[in-house]
Amino acid sequence: MKKMALVLSLILVCSLALIPGASAEEVVNVYNWYDYMDERVFDMFTQETGIKVNKMYFTTNEDMMVQVRVSPGAYDLVFPSDYCVERMIAENLLAEINYDNVPNAKYTSEWLLNPGYDPDNKYSVPFMWGTVGILYNTTMVEEPVESWGILWDETYADNIFMMDSIRDTMGITLKYLGYSLNTRDPKQLQEATQKLIAQKPLVKAYGVDEIKDKMALGEAALAVMWSGDALYAMDQNEDLAYAVPMEGSNIWVDPMVIPATAKNKENAEKLIDFLCRPEIAQMNCEYIWYSSPNTGAIQMMGEEYTENLTINPTQDVIDRCEWFNDIPENFMTIYNALWSQVKNAK
Amino acid sequence: MNNLQIPAWGVWAMLGGLAAFIAMLVIYFKRNHGLKRPIFASPYTLWMILFTVLPCILIAYYAFTDTNGQFTLDNFKNFWDSNYDMNKELIAMGFNPAEMGFSRGTVNVDTLTYSLWMAFLCTLICLVLGYPAAHIMADREFKLGATLVILFVIPMWMNFLLRTIAWMSLLEDTGLINQVLGWLGIPPVQLMYNSGAVLLGMVYNYLPFMVFPIYNVLNKMDYKLSEAAMDLGCNKWKTFYKVTLPLSIPGVVSGITMVFMPAVTTFFIPRMLGGGSTEMFGDLIERTFLTANNWNVGSALSLIMMVLILLSLGLLRKTDPEGEGGSMI
Repeated sequence: MKKMALVLSLILVCSLALIPGASAEEVVNVYNWYDYMDERVFDMFTQETGIKVNKMYFTTNEDMMVQVRVSPGAYDLVFPSDYCVERMIAENLLAEINYDNVPNAKYTSEWLLNPGYDPDNKYSVPFMWGTVGILYNTTMVEEPVESWGILWDETYADNIFMMDSIRDTMGITLKYLGYSLNTRDPKQLQEATQKLIAQKPLVKAYGVDEIKDKMALGEAALAVMWSGDALYAMDQNEDLAYAVPMEGSNIWVDPMVIPATAKNKENAEKLIDFLCRPEIAQMNCEYIWYSSPNTGAIQMMGEEYTENLTINPTQDVIDRCEWFNDIPENFMTIYNALWSQVKNAK
Repeated sequence: MNNLQIPAWGVWAMLGGLAAFIAMLVIYFKRNHGLKRPIFASPYTLWMILFTVLPCILIAYYAFTDTNGQFTLDNFKNFWDSNYDMNKELIAMGFNPAEMGFSRGTVNVDTLTYSLWMAFLCTLICLVLGYPAAHIMADREFKLGATLVILFVIPMWMNFLLRTIAWMSLLEDTGLINQVLGWLGIPPVQLMYNSGAVLLGMVYNYLPFMVFPIYNVLNKMDYKLSEAAMDLGCNKWKTFYKVTLPLSIPGVVSGITMVFMPAVTTFFIPRMLGGGSTEMFGDLIERTFLTANNWNVGSALSLIMMVLILLSLGLLRKTDPEGEGGSMI
């Protein structure tokens, strides 16, 4: 009798294990940043193609990489940042895109083609791009914001939000010190760490997604922020302004990629093509506030869009900015240990 | 994850499995003319094996191996010296960590001590606030006792993340409290982004776990005992000290357990209310797993945490061998 109980409970467990994913329906499993898509777009896609979109979300690149590695086949379309694409290609995690299924890729701005992270765009199609800069409240900051140094100015003690993101925060500090944000010199990293520890008494809090809302409420004078989040906050509070400091900053692209283990590759390509359609790209751009790589969408949005300096920084700002490169594992160990020191310095 | 789709045959398979399970139970019940424990415990045993025992074995495995699966104690060295891996890499790159000013990194040990200290304070405050509250609620002459119990329970219907975020909108510079102060002409006070705010969030979240075990014990206590003590000449204070307090100790012990354990492993609250400037051990473990993607060191840290919790559980067992306080563990 005991044996029978065991067998039956095994059957029960097995039937449970078989449930997910065993559907005949056409689907595409999308793994995206939280709040990084006008969700109506997915409904339109489903209506047009009959392909159901399953949505999953992540909040940092690092979380996303872990998930893609440990759950093969779970995702068909992912939105990593540029430097992660480089790492994912190196780890053979990505599938080559069949451009016959993505005719709308032709709308991609020329200067974003053949990027360092993916020469020839074999594995990725740009989705959005932007910069990292300082969002500031003009009622609290009267001087012009031209240097990262303002984040170390004691006038603004307890009035500064920093980004709780290892590459971004270390990156801007390296830039402030005049180094490359892709440095491989541990001494420069150490200098940046000390700079960040010295800044700590002035910092109000470290955060990521929640900071844009706090800035809109007027909780602090200065915040390090991605351009799109900055625009979102500026739309809610007209006292806010955004600047990319003269020492330069990070310019980034979030491309769309298909994992090598994807089960619905063609559906993912259909969705990429759909997202590259100018009207759809425009919808997304107007919803999430980042800069669109889609020439068709840019044309339709007109002057209001092209003349907005937060969305379209001038060429000399772009020239001062630097792309992130992937950092090898052994160097990342140093990054993590130093970041730990920053986060826990008293 | 919202990609969970249940196809029709899956539902049938589940129902079938369930029906077979019930049928088996019925047969078993008829043959044995009674209920026996093991068969009813089997679903839970299975659950425990899958979601408690296996993960623990995995954590232990990761903690004692490196990324290649070879046995190592380096992960524990990393706990003691948070710069251990970094210094190793630096030496491999041809740098001298000592010359660069890197010695032993105390981040991990400091974070653990800080977490223990915060958990201790949280437990103490919960006890000081919770005991009188439980005592009042359990008082036979206090008519609103049941209402108070419900008032304690209702907030727990909401997820603790939401409640913590709600605290933020109270404490912020532009939050409710500072707005009220503003109307009274008092300049804004920075209430958030410090250890005090973290402690407040913890006490708020864990207080019910102190109140209820004590309330349970006091509520079940035979009030005739206190009456007898009074009749025999004890005053109110002496009755409490000689009769009520000793009888309520199991509840107190279980309350302390149920507050201290989650308090030590607290995460998220420091990030939200503390502004991410000082991590607690739970945050550290989370960051080691997710951001640093170092499952081996992360597991070693978790294992150290688990051993600490087991040790304190053992100590508590000694004071409350019967588990009378309704301890869940």
